[in-house]
Amino acid sequence: MMQNTRWHGGWLLLVWLVLLAASLYTLTGDWGGFVSLDSMHKMGQFIAGFYPPAHTAPFLQKLALATCETLAISWLGSLLAALWGLGLALPAAGLWGKSTRRGARLLLNILRSVPELVWAGLLVIAAGLGPLPGMLALAIHTTGVLGRLYADSIENTPAAAFAQLHALGTPAVSAWCYTTLPQIWPQLASYFLYRWENNIRAAAVLGVVGAGGLGQMLFLHLSLFQFNEAASVLLAMIGLVLLVDQASYLLRKQLA
Amino acid sequence: MPVSSALYDPAPHDPAWRGRVNGAMVFLVLLLPALYLSEANPATFLGADSLKASYLFVKTFWPPKLDADFLLLVLHSAWKTVAIATVGVSLALVLAIPLAALGVRVLSVSALGTRMSPLSQALRWLVRVTAIVLRSVPEIVWALIFVRTVGLGDTAGVMAIALSYAGMLAKVFIDIVEANDHSAAQALLANGSSRFAALMLGTLPTCALELTSYAVYRWECAIRASVVMGFVGAGGLGQQMELSMRMLAGGEVIVMLVAFVGLTAIADVVSAEVRRVLA
Repeated sequence: MMQNTRWHGGWLLLVWLVLLAASLYTLTGDWGGFVSLDSMHKMGQFIAGFYPPAHTAPFLQKLALATCETLAISWLGSLLAALWGLGLALPAAGLWGKSTRRGARLLLNILRSVPELVWAGLLVIAAGLGPLPGMLALAIHTTGVLGRLYADSIENTPAAAFAQLHALGTPAVSAWCYTTLPQIWPQLASYFLYRWENNIRAAAVLGVVGAGGLGQMLFLHLSLFQFNEAASVLLAMIGLVLLVDQASYLLRKQLA
Repeated sequence: MPVSSALYDPAPHDPAWRGRVNGAMVFLVLLLPALYLSEANPATFLGADSLKASYLFVKTFWPPKLDADFLLLVLHSAWKTVAIATVGVSLALVLAIPLAALGVRVLSVSALGTRMSPLSQALRWLVRVTAIVLRSVPEIVWALIFVRTVGLGDTAGVMAIALSYAGMLAKVFIDIVEANDHSAAQALLANGSSRFAALMLGTLPTCALELTSYAVYRWECAIRASVVMGFVGAGGLGQQMELSMRMLAGGEVIVMLVAFVGLTAIADVVSAEVRRVLA
C-alpha cells in the first residue's frame, strides 16, 4: 500500500515536471526582464503610487454607494438563482421521469460551466453597461450551481412521504412542497448562504466588464492611472470580503 | 377529546406566524433598495434597441467559425491557458510551502515549553496576515494590476495566479497540517530534533496525500481562473474570447465557449482521477 502510494507520487511528480517544462517552453514571456533591476524599480514606483489611498468625503461617498451596489447585485443575483435553481432542481431530481431529469441536468451543467464573467460580457452586449447585467450574470451562473446542489439534496431525501401523497393523487409539485421541502429547507438555506458569500466576491470583480459595483470603479481608476483612488477601492474590496467571511462563519456556526 | 379538537380545529393557528411575518417584512424592506441599486428594470432588456442588438449578436453565433486556422488558434490559446495555470500554481507552491512551514503553530520549538516566545508569535502572525492579504484580493484584480505593470500577456496571468494562490495554498496547508495528528512531530521536537527534520519526518508523512490532492484541486481551479483572467488581458483563451466578443464575432465566441467548457471538463476529470488514485 505504502509502496503503491510512493509509486503514484513519483509518477505525479514526473508528469507535473514534464507539464511544467512544456508550459515554460510555450510561455515566452520576458522572464529575465521581469526580475531585472529596472523592472523592480518600476514595480516599486508603481506600488508606491498607491499611497496614500484617496479619502476625500465625496469619493468615500461614491465608494460607499458602490459597495452597497455590489452587495445588492450579489444578494439579488443569489436570490434569483435560488428561485430559478429550485425551479430547475425539481425536474433535475427526477420528479417527472428520467428524460426530463437528463435534460434539466444538462441545462444546469451548461449554465454552471460558463463563468459569471463570460455571462456578464455577453449580457453587457445585450443590455449595455450597468449593474443589471452583472446581477443577471451572477443569477444565471449561480442557477447552475444551486440547481445542481438542490437537485442532489432532493434526491438524497427519503421519498416515502412524497410517494404516498403522490400516489393518493396530489399533484407532484404540491405533494413535494408538503413533504420533501420542509425536510431539506435548512440545507437549501445554507447552500444559499454559501453561494451568496461567493457571489459577493464575484460581484466585486464583475464590474471589470462594465457590470457595476466596486469592480467597475476599480477598473475605471486603474485605467485612468488614478492609483490613490484604486487603492481605496481595493481596501474596500478586501474589507468587504473579510467582513463577509466573518459574518458567514458566525452565521453558519449558529445554523449548525 | 382535547386531542381531536386540536387536530380538527376549524381555524388552526400557525405557531410561527410572528416570525414569518417579521421575516417577510425584513425581506421586503431589504428588497426594495436592492432593486433600486441594481437598476433592475426588465425594460432595459426588452427595449427595441437592446432586443435588436442581442438578436443581431446571437444571429452571428451560427454558423460557428470552423476553419483550420482558427481552430488551431483556439487550440493554441487553450494550451496557453493550461500552461499559465501550471506555471502559476508551481510558483504559488514555491511561495506557499515556506509560508506554511513558518506559519504552522504545532511545529514551533518555542511552543514546547510554556508559551510561544513573542518573537515567533509575531512571525507567525505576520505569515498569516500575508496569506490573508494575498488571497483576499481576487485573482482578477491581481491580473489587472500586473497587466498595468508587466503589460498585456501571459506573464500577468502567471503572476496573478502565483500570488493569489500562494495565499490560498498557504492558508489551507496550515489548516491541513494543524488538523492532522501531530504527536510524532512534537515527540521529535521534544527529543531535540530540528524543526526541519520534524517537518519532514513527523508532519509530512501523515498529511502528504491531503496536501498533494489539494494542490491538484487548485490547479484545476487555476485553469478556470486563467480563462477568466484573460478577459482583462492576461493571456490565454479568455483574451481571445474577449477580442471576439468585442468584435461581435459570434461564430468565434461560440467555438471558444465550447472549447472553454471542454477544457474545464477535462481538467475536472483529470484532477478528480488523480485525487481518486492518491486517496
